[in-house]
Amino acid sequence: MSKQIKAVALISGGLDSMLAAQTVMQQGVHVEGINFFTGFCVEGHTHAIRKKDKAKPKRNNSLWVAEQLGMKLHIVDIIEEYKDVLINPKHGYGANMNPCLDCKIFMVNKAKQWIQENDFDFIITGEVMGQRPMSQRKETMPIVARESGADDLLLRPLCAKNLPITKPEREGWVNRELLHDFSGRSRKPQMALADEFGFEDYAQPAGGCCFLTDESYSKKLVDLWETRGDKDYDLDDVMLLKVGRHIRPNPRFKIMVAREEGEARFMTGYKKTFINMNCSTHRGPLALLVGEPNEDDIKLAAQILARYGQGRETEDVGVEVRLLNGEILQINVKPLLATEIPQAWFI
Amino acid sequence: MNLHKLDARRLLCPLPVIRTQDKVKQLQTGDELEVTSTDPGVMQDIPTWCRINGHQILETQQQNNDYIIRLKVGE
Ligand code: SF4
Repeated sequence: MSKQIKAVALISGGLDSMLAAQTVMQQGVHVEGINFFTGFCVEGHTHAIRKKDKAKPKRNNSLWVAEQLGMKLHIVDIIEEYKDVLINPKHGYGANMNPCLDCKIFMVNKAKQWIQENDFDFIITGEVMGQRPMSQRKETMPIVARESGADDLLLRPLCAKNLPITKPEREGWVNRELLHDFSGRSRKPQMALADEFGFEDYAQPAGGCCFLTDESYSKKLVDLWETRGDKDYDLDDVMLLKVGRHIRPNPRFKIMVAREEGEARFMTGYKKTFINMNCSTHRGPLALLVGEPNEDDIKLAAQILARYGQGRETEDVGVEVRLLNGEILQINVKPLLATEIPQAWFI
Repeated sequence: MNLHKLDARRLLCPLPVIRTQDKVKQLQTGDELEVTSTDPGVMQDIPTWCRINGHQILETQQQNNDYIIRLKVGE
């Protein structure tokens, strides 16, 4: 009996990797999925911090894809190792802080190590030539294969016919004729193939599945690095950039104001880490102060906070400030007017 | 059968799933694992992960802010 050929598919939770995996599974190859968690992934649950998103299904798209396809999924925490990719990308950033090409190379390299350790034969990705401006161009396809060390063990079933033949095709593990020749930015061929496979309800996240492609998130990350003077970060930093309104009046501190209950609940977990405050005389949100604010800064922060509470139209709002040494201050402030908070303060 | 516990509180999905996955790797078929998390997302994700990977959910419950899932390790 011939050996069962096995492949690992990089699963992002989106449609393309789902189609790529299914295309190869249909040819009798045993496929398992691998999903890398960088910390910047836009998952149902990071959205779920915000209450307004509660109506949407909170599923994890990668797990959902794996279940639809009937394959195992290995989720790998790469938060620590990913720092080097994000901080020093050899090929630079895309439109925002997304180091897509280095990221792809890194993930395919990790998948290569995984197939060696687990005795699998090749790697599948859902890349489509010309689909993305940075990492999925004609010129970058061979770079990913070469620099990841995967070389011809990397099969892109959705555009394989546009690329040089790979080992899985040469060895007859998969039939090249049954692979695809998708290219360009149109999503029509993918939709048609999804119809053919009977896939419905697949994820089509508007802003992609990574916070680093988001302009506003990227600005906050750059602000964090600049004000700290150091590009190191940890998972708490990454998470906190996802929640709240971030307002920076000066380099010493920024104030993070919860936009709704879900965010406030999440931020409550950081009350021991940051100076924090909320209105004591009116209903209003929780705020964290990140940095090293002085006394005047704390007063200014209280005025900003009061702007977002129900006392905003009044002259006098009481604010309770909890300092890191356990001391609690009660101060009274006049809320700032909307026009008194310059646009440039909003990160 | 051994009962093991995993504290995944204050982690947001998919981290509780990753920690569960890594813990299950160290266990034997038939062992039980009780995962405690504060992210309600686990109530959906851990059962899905179990279905995909051949493990069995024995019980799920909510106690105040904790979501507790007991599972049995499959083959
Ligand atoms: S969007 Fe770019 S940086 Fe983000 S996970 Fe995808 S390839 Fe990596």
